[in-house]
Amino acid sequence: MDSEDDFMSAVSSEDDILPDDSDNDDMSGAEDFDFDDEPDPDLGMEKSISHKRVAYDISFKVYQPGDIQKQQDDLINEVNMILDISKEEAAILLRYFRWNKERLIEDYMDRSRQVLEAAGLAQTTVGPPKLEVIPGFVCDICCEEGDGLQSFSIKCGHRYCVDCYRHYLSQKIKEEGEAARIQCPSDGCNLIIDARSLDLLVTPTLRDRYHQLLNRTYVEDKETLKWCPAPDCQNAIECGVKKKDLDKVVPTVSCLCSHRFCFGCILNDHQPAPCDLVKRWLKKCADDSETANWISANTKECPKCNSTIEKNGGCNHMTCRKCKHEFCWMCMGLWSEHGTSWYSCNRFEERSGTEARDAQAKSRVSLERYLHYYNRYANHDQSARLDRDIYHKTERKMVQLQKESGMSWIEVQYLNSASQALQTCRQTLMWTYAFAFYLARNNQTEIFEDNQKDLEMAVEALSEMFEKPVTDLADPQLKVEIMDKTTYCNKRRIILLDDTAQNLADGRWTFNVELSGVLGGNNGGPSNKR
Amino acid sequence: MALKRITNELADLGRDPTFSCTAGPVGDNMFQWQATIMGPSDSPYSDGVFFLNIAFPNDYPFKPPRISFSTPVFHPNINADGGICLDILRESWSPVLTVSKLLLSISSMLTDPNPDDPLMPDIAYMYHTDRAKYDAIAREWTRKYAN
Repeated sequence: MDSEDDFMSAVSSEDDILPDDSDNDDMSGAEDFDFDDEPDPDLGMEKSISHKRVAYDISFKVYQPGDIQKQQDDLINEVNMILDISKEEAAILLRYFRWNKERLIEDYMDRSRQVLEAAGLAQTTVGPPKLEVIPGFVCDICCEEGDGLQSFSIKCGHRYCVDCYRHYLSQKIKEEGEAARIQCPSDGCNLIIDARSLDLLVTPTLRDRYHQLLNRTYVEDKETLKWCPAPDCQNAIECGVKKKDLDKVVPTVSCLCSHRFCFGCILNDHQPAPCDLVKRWLKKCADDSETANWISANTKECPKCNSTIEKNGGCNHMTCRKCKHEFCWMCMGLWSEHGTSWYSCNRFEERSGTEARDAQAKSRVSLERYLHYYNRYANHDQSARLDRDIYHKTERKMVQLQKESGMSWIEVQYLNSASQALQTCRQTLMWTYAFAFYLARNNQTEIFEDNQKDLEMAVEALSEMFEKPVTDLADPQLKVEIMDKTTYCNKRRIILLDDTAQNLADGRWTFNVELSGVLGGNNGGPSNKR
Repeated sequence: MALKRITNELADLGRDPTFSCTAGPVGDNMFQWQATIMGPSDSPYSDGVFFLNIAFPNDYPFKPPRISFSTPVFHPNINADGGICLDILRESWSPVLTVSKLLLSISSMLTDPNPDDPLMPDIAYMYHTDRAKYDAIAREWTRKYAN
């Protein structure tokens, strides 16, 4: 059920990769209906067309829960056959080796005893796990005894009654979220309880939870796999981009649930800005550094009571509102001493005052620069949020449009595409401003800003058309215009991202900060890499 | 289940009178115990009698009991509130462990502190750098509070 919905939204969200698609609406109408039942061919087609290879494209794969399970099963079966150990043991060994099959086999061949011991497995082989009734048995945990008391132990032989074992496992799974390394309840026994024993003991709900947790460790153990961070999404994404490459690429991936995020930092798609800049930018926006900057740029403190004062006009003769102290705004000296000879203030300023004034001017310029970029960033951020509302309104609009103009559902899909385009383009624009804030000026910057301007103008134009009343939207002329503009926006976005990504990969950008977490940095261009 | 197990442990404690620790319920509540540990003779805590509070959770023994000193102890792994930093009281707890085993572990922790994993960094530092001073203060506290 869920996955079908996922597929539908995934297809619509792919529009941004494929701007040409919505051009001839009438023809594609019949085809579009198909994707309800058969999403895969559609997706595949879009993929292949989009593979005109733009520079920001990275290859990735989406795995659904079934695929994740299958991957594990395949590895387990392989190890099970090669090493001649049970599947449960193979699973425990693989988890211990973080699913590195080659290393496991190599190490196991060399020194199987140590490997087994370290992974929490017994050397002996016994039959399948089973519950037993042993006469005279007393459970060490609950101190129960009795003739019919069922008990259980794994290979270590530490035997406890079934109730206690169950209770112990449920405590571990439910309350501690443990799965891959649940050990024998005995003190100091490192043997790991395998899945088969567990399945024998616990309730179905607990078993499901256990396997869910195991799957989770599989994805978390592998560097190339990450969970889709969207709420309630159970898919994982595989991508080969390594941490050290993050100054060269912005690995945006898109899940089947239509959520687009950065594989490097799991935040929402932030192309074209690299992860490190994004981190800095978010920190800068979140902390108070700019407030402090504003204060230092625009205010001084009263020399007597230290109240912060903003001078919003008038002469240099200041009277503090709080303590009534009178002083000179220029030199901060007592006004009474200035008296008639306020020229001394001028001289003072020439000496050390200029420095202070320069610092203030600098801080003012830096603040203005930040605010320039921040305001535009925040504007797009907010608009993107509004777009989400609009997206919901769109649906209502479409229904209304259908009623009023007699158009079919498929004919009003262009509004949906327009809404999607607005969202993705706004998101991109938003991050172009954060990106530009850290950019040092050169020729590349001008091209970048031209691209940015083109996209921004297109987006605003589309946005304006999009918000027109429904009666206007029924006009076929406007419909064509919106469709054209949507295509244009998507194209401009691709051009901008392609250009930025290409330059990033080639190390042609010059940033006014050092990209951290990377050897060599990016400032010196491509030559000093590798 | 918890009650039966706790009752059993109490009976076991009574069966072993040579044990350097004592423990038993406070009043009628079997889930609230008080315990004592005699300061180990080979430590600066010797001749001291240290009181501890033990609270059993409802799902004991699947969760560890909460144990804290009510007597002040100068020790790298015991804080001012009597809280104890010991692995088997937390992540290494096993349902097979018992109060008497815990008290024994705590007692041996008095002899051999674990200054590399300290709850009280200052005391741990002193333990490392100036053992004589540490011993003196610990002995002084024992004389003052645990007699």
